[in-house]
Amino acid sequence: MSRNITLNINGAQHTVDVEDRMLLSDAIREKAGLTGTHVACEHGVCGACTILLDGEAVRSCLMFTVQAAGHEITTVEGIAPAPGELSVVQRAMQDNHGLQCGFCTPGIVTSLTAYLRDFPNASDDELKEALSGNLCRCTGYMGIVNAARQAQKEIQGSAK
Amino acid sequence: MKPAPFEMHLPTSVSEVVALLDEHGDLAKPIAGGQSLVPMMSLRLASFEHLIDLNGVSELNQVSVSGDSLRIGAMVRQSTAEHDPQIVKSAPLVAKAIPHIGHFQIRNRGTVGGSIAHADPSSELPAVALALDATIEAVGPNGSREIAAKDFFLSTWETSLIDGEILTGVRFPIWSGKCGFVVEEVARRHGDFALVGVAAAVQVDGSKVTKAAIALFGVGGTPVRASEAEQALIAGGISADLDAVGKLAAMNLAPSDDVHASGEYRKSVAATIVARAIAKALKEAQS
Repeated sequence: MSRNITLNINGAQHTVDVEDRMLLSDAIREKAGLTGTHVACEHGVCGACTILLDGEAVRSCLMFTVQAAGHEITTVEGIAPAPGELSVVQRAMQDNHGLQCGFCTPGIVTSLTAYLRDFPNASDDELKEALSGNLCRCTGYMGIVNAARQAQKEIQGSAK
Repeated sequence: MKPAPFEMHLPTSVSEVVALLDEHGDLAKPIAGGQSLVPMMSLRLASFEHLIDLNGVSELNQVSVSGDSLRIGAMVRQSTAEHDPQIVKSAPLVAKAIPHIGHFQIRNRGTVGGSIAHADPSSELPAVALALDATIEAVGPNGSREIAAKDFFLSTWETSLIDGEILTGVRFPIWSGKCGFVVEEVARRHGDFALVGVAAAVQVDGSKVTKAAIALFGVGGTPVRASEAEQALIAGGISADLDAVGKLAAMNLAPSDDVHASGEYRKSVAATIVARAIAKALKEAQS
C-alpha cells in the first residue's frame, strides 16, 4: 500500500508518494533528496541516520515514513544557523578533527545538538555515554569526545 | 525498503485500535515505539499484513498516581519515564532501569508499555514489573481486564495478552519508608542486550529488612523472581550474608548458552550481581 503524504523537513514541506513500509531514513534520502542523513546498519544500532523528530533525537531507520507526517523533522542539513555557517556542535567537530571519514558525522551532530540542549551540564561520563549510541568505524573517538567537550563549554558559556 | 509490505493504520483512540485488531485478527500487529519491532521487520524476522500505529493514541500517554500506585500509560516514552519527577519519586526502580535500555535516541522513541508487551527476556522493564508486582492493564474485544505481572510473561516474546488485546497501562505499587532501588546488568557493551541483569528493591526498618523484591532477566524465556533469596534477605536483615542470597537467587536458574556467553557463566554472574545489587540497595535505604 502506498499513499501521498507531506513531510516537514527543516521547515520545508515535501509532498511525497511512499509505500507504508518505507523507512523514514529512506524517504529523507530518496524522496526528499536530503542525503546528509546516512544509513549504515539500518536496524537502529549504528546511529548514522539519527534525526530530530519534534526536536528529539531518534533513529530515522526505526520509523516508517507515514508515522512522521504532522511532525517536524530536522536533519543534519537543518542544523546550521544559516547557509555557509556552522552550528556550535559542527564547528567543534571541525576544530577537533571529529569527522575523520565523515560517515557517522550527521548522526553525531544531530544527537549532540539535542543532548547538549537538554543536558548542558552533563558530566564527562554522561557525555561519553550520550555518544555511545553512535558508532564510528574509523574508531578515533577522542576527536569526537573532545568536540563534545568544546561544544558543551561554549553552550555553558553562552547560557551565562 | 527492507520490511515486507504491509498496510499501516493510524488510529487515534483505544476503541479504534481494538476494532482494527478485531477486523484483521492475527494478520495485524500493534506498533508502539517500534525500537524492537522495526529491526525485526527489517531483518525479516517478522512480517505482518497490517500494522496498527499506537503513536497517535494520546489517551495512552498519561502518568498518574492514585492511592498507593503509579500508573504509567502504555505509550509513555522511556525517556519520559527516566526523567519525569513523579515517576522518579514514585517508582524509582522504573526510572533506574531505563538508562540501561539502548541509547538515549532509542529511549526517546521506545515506550514503557511497548517494552513490557514485547516481553524480550533480556529487557529490563519486564523484570521491574515482575519484581514490584505490577498490574498490567489490557483492553480487548471483551472490554478491559487486569493481569498480575507474575501471570503476564509466558515465554520469549510471549505474554498472556489474548488475540485482539492491547496493553494500555501498567500500575506500579509505590513503596514508602526507607527504601533502596537498584538495577544492575552485565552486557558486552553499554546499550547491548544484557547477558544477565537484576532489578532489586528493599525496604528497611532499623536492622530489619521489611520488604525485598528481586527479579532477574536474561536468564531464561521470561524474567525470573528470586523468592527464596528475598526470604533469606528478610530473615537475615541488613547484615544478611549477601553472597548466600546471591547464590540462592541463581540456584534454580537454567540460562541457555549462546554466542555471547555460556549458561554457566550467566548463572555465576547472576549470583554476583544479585549480591552487588542488594548491597547497593541496602546502602541506599539506610542513607
